[in-house]
Amino acid sequence: MALVELRNVSKIYHLGGEEIRALDNVSLDIEEGEFISIIGPSGSGKSTLMHILGCLDTPTSGTVKLDGIMIQDASPRELAAIRNRKIGFVFQFFNLLPKLNVLQNVELPMIYSGVPARERHRRAMAALEAVDMANRAKHRPSQLSGGQQQRAAIARALVNNPRIIFADEPTGNLDSHTGETILQLFRRLNAEGRTIVLVTHDPEIAAVTPRRIEIRDGRIAPKPDLRLAGLQTRQ
Amino acid sequence: MGPTLVAGLREIWAHKFRSLLTMLGIVLGVSSLVAMSALVTGMERGAKEALIAIGGLARIRIEPAELPAEQRHLADQAVGITLRDVEALEQNIPLVTLTSPEMRIPVTVSANGRTFRPWLCSGVRPAALEMFEHRIAHGRMFNEIDDELARNVCVIGTATRDELWGAPEDIGREIIPVGETLYINGVPFVIIGMFEHYESEQERREREFRQRQQPQPQAQTGPQRDRGWGRRPGGFAFRLKNSTIYLPLNTVWMRFRGLVATTGFGPPRLQATNVVPDRAEPVLSSLEVKLASIEDLPETLQQMRNVLMVTHRGIEDFQFRTQEEWAEQIETFVRNARISGGLIAGISLLVGGIGIMNIMLASISERVREIGIRKSVGASDGDIFVQILAESVVISVLGGFLGMGAALGLVRLVSQLSPTGNEPIVTPLALGVAFGFSVVVGILAGLYPAVKAARLNPIEALRYE
Ligand SMILES: Nc1ncnc2c1ncn2[C@@H]1O[C@H](COP(=O)(O)OP(=O)(O)OP(=O)(O)O)[C@@H](O)[C@H]1O
Ligand SMILES: [Mg+2]
Repeated sequence: MALVELRNVSKIYHLGGEEIRALDNVSLDIEEGEFISIIGPSGSGKSTLMHILGCLDTPTSGTVKLDGIMIQDASPRELAAIRNRKIGFVFQFFNLLPKLNVLQNVELPMIYSGVPARERHRRAMAALEAVDMANRAKHRPSQLSGGQQQRAAIARALVNNPRIIFADEPTGNLDSHTGETILQLFRRLNAEGRTIVLVTHDPEIAAVTPRRIEIRDGRIAPKPDLRLAGLQTRQ
Repeated sequence: MGPTLVAGLREIWAHKFRSLLTMLGIVLGVSSLVAMSALVTGMERGAKEALIAIGGLARIRIEPAELPAEQRHLADQAVGITLRDVEALEQNIPLVTLTSPEMRIPVTVSANGRTFRPWLCSGVRPAALEMFEHRIAHGRMFNEIDDELARNVCVIGTATRDELWGAPEDIGREIIPVGETLYINGVPFVIIGMFEHYESEQERREREFRQRQQPQPQAQTGPQRDRGWGRRPGGFAFRLKNSTIYLPLNTVWMRFRGLVATTGFGPPRLQATNVVPDRAEPVLSSLEVKLASIEDLPETLQQMRNVLMVTHRGIEDFQFRTQEEWAEQIETFVRNARISGGLIAGISLLVGGIGIMNIMLASISERVREIGIRKSVGASDGDIFVQILAESVVISVLGGFLGMGAALGLVRLVSQLSPTGNEPIVTPLALGVAFGFSVVVGILAGLYPAVKAARLNPIEALRYE
């Protein structure tokens, strides 16, 4: 059984009578330990897919099974618990709380899973250790560089030891060098056994992931883009 | 819950000034609630104290009254209130535990080269002591024998002593004129006893305050200290009580029968129909009756009326006067004061609550993104709801505590500025109610913003700039 099973998932928005199919009958399996990149042009539905995978949104039709749980049947409270324990999210704009320091930001998911303060602190420090940010624990996000903020956000995504990590353009807001270090971090995490799904615009990033999925107009493209294929051969 | 509360406190601390302004309404509401309640409770206690000082609710006065219109033509047959009424009531009304017949006379007293017109000079039996809760501080009360023999003896209150011999505060030592001779309307009487000095709690404190302020008596040339009657209803009752002179009932009848007032309370009017210079039978100014209980007051009064109608041969030339009116006035006053105080406090609390709701709404629209982030890492709708509600309640309760502090300070200030007034009393109940109100206002004010925040869609919240 795959870790994630998407079956005929559609997400339809209605805007002034017009029907927008952000996702159109998507089926997809993600196995434990995979490192997948999702590519596709702007507006093709990548973020929509990630939100549904990440239990932030529900599909209009179709079924999503995550770690054996049928997402579309879950209550909002259960979805919150799934987001909390089984999923780690990494965003393009880091999304750290500006009023909390790095350590408190990383502790945040554990507050909602009721981890005692001492244990929270220990695990948050361990997660910061893992992304090489332990020496910035007491800094505010505004006192950090973009790459450091993103590493703090990754530590937050890791801290509850989730089954899968979703990253929506995690390098989109970073210069190419910093983006590269973040990518290295993801590769290391994957090597340690973590399941990672990563949305990107950057073909070079997509090229290093073992599996690539291309989305066009809300559908999974049958075969990889030619431009991408060219890149791959060049590599 | 713990971390949520901490987050709420942190949020409030991050906007110290804004939070303080937001609390202001609650501070005002709670402080006015507590302070008003304290003032009213203080006044209530003062008034009740005075009510007890004049004998309480169980004391009923029977006094002469105008005849009803249909009996006017019988006026010359009216007998007035007499000692036969006393016997009749004692024998027929079991609830009557004490009777005190009274003959009031207008007098001028003189001694020590000074004269004084006391408020009340009356002939009574020894029972008057208990009836009016008098206490003898020096000497003794006259007894039945003094009464029987119509001796020229009297018992005075401290006001008479103060006027004729000087008050202890003014001359620096207490004179006890027991054994001295007092001329009452020119007739010599021996003072055989003096009542203790009656004063309300406030007056006692006032006196002690003055003593502390000026241990040595000040020059006599300055304006006299306020001895006026009726500045406060409570003080008034005590002053009247101090200005009392009691003589044996028989003595008054023997010496001053022509002066006995038989027209109800107040200055005597010498009316031809009411005062007969040589009455055969002693006519009383009034008759006080004390009841064992005031449970069935209307029924008891009806019974007493029936008994008196017999002794008065069917002529209703008497009426009852109870202290209920005063008690009711106290209650009405207290109720009105509480209602208006509550109204003010309620409006302040309402305004305070609206202020909190307003600031919470502003706060969540500032923090849409934060809420989205919290939800994305696993906060449930309930977590967000509790967080916002907790913030609102914490603001309100902090405001409540500030308000209670302000009220305590205010009450302190009031009792320091006027140490002689009725001291405000802050009751634990008032504090509890104030605390409860601040919690309730916090919850009500936070409810809508909290629901609004909890319902935010995480994706839209995350996209929010
Ligand atoms: N709330 C919404 N209401 C209406 N249409 C929406 C909504 N959210 C997304 N869409 C539409 O769904 C489609 C897919 O959007 P999505 O954000 O998934 O694209 P994307 O692939 O992530 O694009 P990008 O690479 O620019 O981030 C777009 O056409 C978008 O306009
Ligand atoms: Mg997107």
